[in-house]
Amino acid sequence: MDISQILFYALSAMALGSAIMVVISRNPVHSVLWLIVTFFAISGHYILMNAQFLGIVNLIVYAGAIMVLFLFVIMLMNLNAEAEPQKNKWLKLAGVVAGGCLLLVMVAALKQAEVKGQIAILGTGDIGLIKNLGQALFTDYVVPFEISSVLFLSAMVGAVVIGKK
Amino acid sequence: MLIERYIYLAIALFCIGIVGVLARRNAIIIFMCIELMLNAVNLLLVAFSKMHYAAGVAKNATAGIDGQIFVFFIMVVAAAEVSVGLAIIVMMYRNTHSVDVNFLNRLKH
Amino acid sequence: MNNVLHLVWLVPFFPLVGFLINGLLRKQLSKPLISIIGSGMVLASFIVSVLLFTEVKNGNTYVANLFDFISYGNLSIPFAFQIDQLSSLFLLIITGVGFLIHVYSAAYMNEERNEHYGRYFCYLNLFVFSMLLLVLGANYVIMFIGWEGVGLCSYLLIGYWFKNTEYNNAAKKAFIMNRIGDLGFLIAIFWIIAKLGTVTYTTTDGAGVFDLYKNLTRVDYIGITMLLFVGATGKSAQIPLYTWLPDAMAGPTPVSALIHAATMVTAGIYMIARSNILYTMAPETQSVVAAIGLATALFAATIAIKQNDIKKVLAYSTVSQLGYMFLGLGVGAYTGAVFHVMTHAFFKALLFLGAGSVIHAMHHEQDIRKMGGLAKKLPITHITFLIGCIAIAGIPPFSGFFSKDEILAFAYAKDPMYYYLGVAGAAMTAFYMFRLYATTFRGTFRGTEEQKHHLHESPAAMTIPLVVLAILAAVGGLIGIPESIMPDAHKLEQFLDPIFAQSNEIKMAALPEHHTEINLMVISVALALVMIIFAWVKYSKKPELKEPAGFGKVLADKWYIDELYNFAIVKPLQWLAKFMNSFFEKKVVDGIVNGVGRLVNYTSRQVRLLQSGLVGNYVLLMVLSMLALFIVKFFIQK
Repeated sequence: MDISQILFYALSAMALGSAIMVVISRNPVHSVLWLIVTFFAISGHYILMNAQFLGIVNLIVYAGAIMVLFLFVIMLMNLNAEAEPQKNKWLKLAGVVAGGCLLLVMVAALKQAEVKGQIAILGTGDIGLIKNLGQALFTDYVVPFEISSVLFLSAMVGAVVIGKK
Repeated sequence: MLIERYIYLAIALFCIGIVGVLARRNAIIIFMCIELMLNAVNLLLVAFSKMHYAAGVAKNATAGIDGQIFVFFIMVVAAAEVSVGLAIIVMMYRNTHSVDVNFLNRLKH
Repeated sequence: MNNVLHLVWLVPFFPLVGFLINGLLRKQLSKPLISIIGSGMVLASFIVSVLLFTEVKNGNTYVANLFDFISYGNLSIPFAFQIDQLSSLFLLIITGVGFLIHVYSAAYMNEERNEHYGRYFCYLNLFVFSMLLLVLGANYVIMFIGWEGVGLCSYLLIGYWFKNTEYNNAAKKAFIMNRIGDLGFLIAIFWIIAKLGTVTYTTTDGAGVFDLYKNLTRVDYIGITMLLFVGATGKSAQIPLYTWLPDAMAGPTPVSALIHAATMVTAGIYMIARSNILYTMAPETQSVVAAIGLATALFAATIAIKQNDIKKVLAYSTVSQLGYMFLGLGVGAYTGAVFHVMTHAFFKALLFLGAGSVIHAMHHEQDIRKMGGLAKKLPITHITFLIGCIAIAGIPPFSGFFSKDEILAFAYAKDPMYYYLGVAGAAMTAFYMFRLYATTFRGTFRGTEEQKHHLHESPAAMTIPLVVLAILAAVGGLIGIPESIMPDAHKLEQFLDPIFAQSNEIKMAALPEHHTEINLMVISVALALVMIIFAWVKYSKKPELKEPAGFGKVLADKWYIDELYNFAIVKPLQWLAKFMNSFFEKKVVDGIVNGVGRLVNYTSRQVRLLQSGLVGNYVLLMVLSMLALFIVKFFIQK
């Protein structure tokens, strides 16, 4: 087992564990922090696959900007474990069972997937580099890129309008 | 690395997200779980991108790059979505002094 | 191809125009105009028919494809008219006799109010149109359209005086009896389509029913011909569906003459003559046809002996004569049957019109016991009626002799038993016809003084058709003089030969030796003469006035067949309907209908609970649905 495989399993375990913690934490602030850990683990995966640009963006945008925003809102509302609304025990169980079933069915469906046995190469490959991604983004995908900037603008306006009410 | 392992990982993350959405009442936690599901998909897209790169690099030096571009766009949309979504949650809190989604049962009427 | 034959579409076209004009404008047009349009259109058809006949006589036949009627998959049913020997002969009978009866009707119906007068002529024209469609159609479907059309017109005309409930019931009875037969005909058509994929009689490229008949199995032959015969028993009033025809006398007398004697009731004979090849291939069915025909001929004749209503006697006589035609078809004497259709059209139309003239003079009195001694007061009617009676009794050289004896001769060749029974029926025919004649025209008048005062000969519009028909009834038989009397004189057989050529190739119906045939004729004529003299002597002086008793009562009450049908079929049906109404309708049907309503009500009450307004529940349902979709997609749908 070489170093990249060890890293893969370690990062996977970290991602899954912290994701579970996000769901089961009673305190919303803890949930946010565990989610940040999850994002770090996913960024680690990206870097393992040599998708450096996405790894960095994931950290900056998700773990940095978005999660800070979440934290900010939670603290603004002064939420804590005591104020946390709790669901009916049976409904919780139903949710877990439904999610578990979905997991089971999807894994079972994968048994017949045709991609099985193919390799996603780790470490090497330069498509994830900023240079190559930028090249594709500003040539083939320039129109969606510009449209996404309009989307941002409208989201910004929307957020301001809703917040001002 | 075998692609199935990434798929299993992504499915597991996605399902954890779903369980979170189903089992929690706090709007912010539900929102975070949705983000978690989005990230599971992102991870899978990158893994597939590398898979296609491995399969097609001999013919095309940038094979599989579309997957990563898509991940980029998903992040863009997610960021926009979060800004609006959090604004809505803040407004809801201002009206009901709670983030419990069960308070919002207007759909019934 | 000769141009005249292209005009075939004009033949049914004229009566259709007459129907539309009289039907739509019956309140605006005056009576003379209505009768001129009604009769003129049929006359125009008759003229075209004569033109066509002269062409066909030269050996030309023609199939006119007017348009595609039904075209679906491999099945193609064109709206086509076929003009050949058989159909042109029927055209002449229908339009010729039809025209005379139209003229007669113009005077006979003159007492009716204007719009009813128009209604009468519009029905009559529609009938002629349907009948022409029936005989002209180049496939079974067109024939069926005409077949249903004449059934409808028959219903409308029997119930012409619709304010009388009894007449309406008679109309309904005729229609329902016909429907039973029509069902058989319809199933036969479906059977032919299923087996051969076509209903066209014959085509130039050999793809018609009569070209492909060899593809059928023995079961098909018997099944199809039996079902067609069921249709024929309905329309042509044979056992067991004959009971409607005597009741159909509720209609105006000219209608009885045209529809219920001369034309419509012979549709069954036309159909079987048209399908002769199928019947030749099914000897079992032929035996059934012959047996039913003979039974009907005898059975109806016995009833006719004791009837006192002038029209009822003629009605049972018609049933009996139709039985002879079926006997002819059954023993393979197709030409004889068609010949008898023709002569019967002449003398039976004559007799009915004569009866109509008598009824007209007697102010709608139909009971012969109240007549008598009319010979002096109605001279033309008397003479023509006598000619009709002689013709139907089968005295040479009147027409009925030739056609009836041709059928009887073929019957003898098939089985002497058929002949003996047939001759017995013929003797009865002579007896009851002359009983009718003697009671009506001989002796002394037995009606009221007022009726006696008003007795008068009918107007010219009624007597001229009588005279024309009397001449035809007298000499019409001369086109079919049998070989045994004069060689090579059977013009009708030579004319119709192409129609029956296929059947004759397979099995030529045999005639007995010439001297035997002449002996047979002598026997039957002698028997008929004896019966005529017996009836004349018996009823001229002392008509049978009292109610019949004993066996005579059974005959007078028509063997109680109507009562039997009423008891065996109508009553159980009514009981079943009552049961259905009280139990099935109330409990089962209403239960299902109301149950559906209650079920929807209940389930919607339950399903409503799903709409909780809680986002969590919605998401849970979404996930479960997703799960279901996955399971279906990956594990079930393989």
